[in-house]
Amino acid sequence: MAKMESTLRNMVLSLSLISMAMVAGLGYVYKVTKGPIEMADKQKEITAVTEVLPPFDNDPIKQKKEIEGLTFYTATKGGKLVGCAVKTFTTKGFAGRFDLMVGFKPDGSIKKIVVLEQKETPGLGAKMTDSSFTKQFKDKDIATFKLKVKKDGGQVDAISAATISSRAFCDGVQKAYDLYIKNFVKSATAVAGASDSTAVKGGKHE
Amino acid sequence: MNKNLGYFTNGIIKENPTFVLVLGTCPVLAITTTGFNGFGMGMATAIVLLLSNVMVSILKNYIPDKVRIAVFITIIATNVTVVELLMKAYTPDLYKALGIFIPLIIVNCLVLGRAEAFAQKKGIFASALDAIGMGLGFTAALTLISIVREILGNGSFFTIPLIPAGSHPILLFILPPGAFLTFGLLFAVMNALKRKYKL
Amino acid sequence: MDYIKIIILAIIVNNIILSQFLGICSFLGVTGKVSTAIGMGAAVTFVITLGNAITYLIQAYILVPYHIEFLQNIMFIFVVAFLVQIVEIIVKKSVPSLYQALGIYLPLITTNCATLAVALLAVQQHFNLVQSVVYAIAIGIGYTLAMVLMAGIREQMEVNGYPKGMKGFPITLVIGSMLAMAFMGFSGLMKM
Repeated sequence: MAKMESTLRNMVLSLSLISMAMVAGLGYVYKVTKGPIEMADKQKEITAVTEVLPPFDNDPIKQKKEIEGLTFYTATKGGKLVGCAVKTFTTKGFAGRFDLMVGFKPDGSIKKIVVLEQKETPGLGAKMTDSSFTKQFKDKDIATFKLKVKKDGGQVDAISAATISSRAFCDGVQKAYDLYIKNFVKSATAVAGASDSTAVKGGKHE
Repeated sequence: MNKNLGYFTNGIIKENPTFVLVLGTCPVLAITTTGFNGFGMGMATAIVLLLSNVMVSILKNYIPDKVRIAVFITIIATNVTVVELLMKAYTPDLYKALGIFIPLIIVNCLVLGRAEAFAQKKGIFASALDAIGMGLGFTAALTLISIVREILGNGSFFTIPLIPAGSHPILLFILPPGAFLTFGLLFAVMNALKRKYKL
Repeated sequence: MDYIKIIILAIIVNNIILSQFLGICSFLGVTGKVSTAIGMGAAVTFVITLGNAITYLIQAYILVPYHIEFLQNIMFIFVVAFLVQIVEIIVKKSVPSLYQALGIYLPLITTNCATLAVALLAVQQHFNLVQSVVYAIAIGIGYTLAMVLMAGIREQMEVNGYPKGMKGFPITLVIGSMLAMAFMGFSGLMKM
C-alpha cells in the first residue's frame, strides 16, 4: 500500500489521531506508574532514616515533623526514645544546595550522617559521601565537638581541596543540631551555632 | 536471512552511532562518568529506539510526507516519557544520575535519524533489528568511554575499586575536559582501526 | 535569584556547551568557520529566547493547573519544532546567504539538545517569566561564545596543521577539551 498523500485533510487527520493515541497511551502509563514512583521516593526516605538510627519499632516516617524547613523523624523502641533522624540541608555548597540525613542519639550526640542529594564536584566535594569523611562525626557531641573545619578553628577534617563543600556540610549538620536541641532534647546546654543564639528551651518537651 | 543479519550488525560496527555516524553526542560526553551510567543511558536510548522504530514502521503508510517529522517527534517524545516514568518508578537511582539527559533522548539525532532513514521505509522486523543493532552499538560506545573514564578518573570499574584506597586517580577524566579528551582520543583510535581494516 | 547571577552563571560558570554538554552536535559540526558559528549562535539564541517564554506560559497556565505535567516533554518539543520552522522561513526570506551557509543545520536546531534543555532547566530552577527569558538570552550568549571560540581555533588549526591521524572529529574534540579546561577556571567565580 502506498504512503498516504500529503493532502491537508490527511495531514491533519494523521497528526491528530496519532497524537491522541500517543497521549492516551502516555496517560495510561502515567497512571500506572504514579503509585510505584511515590513508593520509590518513600523507600529512599525509609532507607536513609533507618541507616542513621539505632534499631526502632515505631514508624518515624508517619510521625515526622517539619520545623523551619527541616524534617524530624523520632524513633522509639518499646516507647522509649532511641534517636531522631533529621533531614537537613545547606545552600552553601560549591554547587548550591545539598541535603543530609543526620541521626542523633537521645543525648544529642551523632550516630551517623548520610548524604542524600548532592551535586558537588566529583572526586572533590562529592567525596563527602564516603564513609572516610563521615565516620569522623560518629559519636561526637556538638556540645563539645567544634563543628567547623580545622582551617576555621574547629575539629573537622575537611576533604582535601574541598573546603567549601566541607564547610557547607558542617553548616547543614549544625542547623540540624540546633533545631534538634531546641525542640527535642529534654534538658541541654546547647552550644549556640553560628546562626542560632536563642536560649534553649529547658524542661520537658511534650 | 543474511540481509536481516546485516541490518543488525550494521549498527554495531559499520555504522556505529557514536564513532561513525556521530549522532547523539551530548550524552556521550555528559553521562559517561561511570560504567553504570554509560550502560544505563545506552539501554534507555536503545529501548526508546526500538519502540520508536517499530511504531514508525507500523504506521509508515499512514504518515503523510509533509507531517512526518512532526509525527516522528510525537511518537519519540511519548516513548521517551514512558521510559522516563518507568525509570522514575523502578530505577530511581539511575533516573537521578542521568537527570535531564533522559528527556533529551527525544532530541537525540540517532533516534530521529533512524526513524527518518530506515523505519519509515522498511518492514517492522527489519526496523526492529536496526534499532537493536544501533542501540547495542550506542550502548557499547557509551560503556567503553565510561569504563575508560571511570578507571582513569575514579580508579574503579563499575564501582569496584581498582586502586589502593587513598591513592589519587587522574581526576581530570571525570570532569568535562576529560570527557572531550577521552572521546577524541578513542575516536582517533577507531579511525585508525577503520583505516587499517578498511571498514 | 538576581539577574547578574543568572547571567554570569549561564555564560561563564555553567557554560551550556563546555560545562553542561548541551549542543555538542552543533559544536562539533558547525564550527568550521567563524561566520557560520556566529550565524548559528544568533539563530539558536533567538529560538531559545522565544522558546523559553512560550514554554514558561505553557507550564504555568496549562500543564500545572490541569495536572498534566507528564505532557511536558511532548508540548515543549512541539514548541521548539514550531519555532524553528518559523525561524527557517524568516531567515530564508530576509538573510538568504545565512540560510545557505547554515544549510541543514538550521532545521537541526530542533534536535539541538540545548534548545529543549534550556526550557526544561528553566522550569526545574523555578524561574519566573522574566528570569526564564533572561536565562535563555544568557545561555544563547554563552553558546555563541563557545561556538565562536571553537570556530576561531579550528580555522587557525587548518593553517597551522596537526597530526593527520587526528583529522576530523578527534582534533575538534581535543580542542574542546582545552576549552573546557579553560572554562573550568571560572567554576569558583560565583556560587549558585
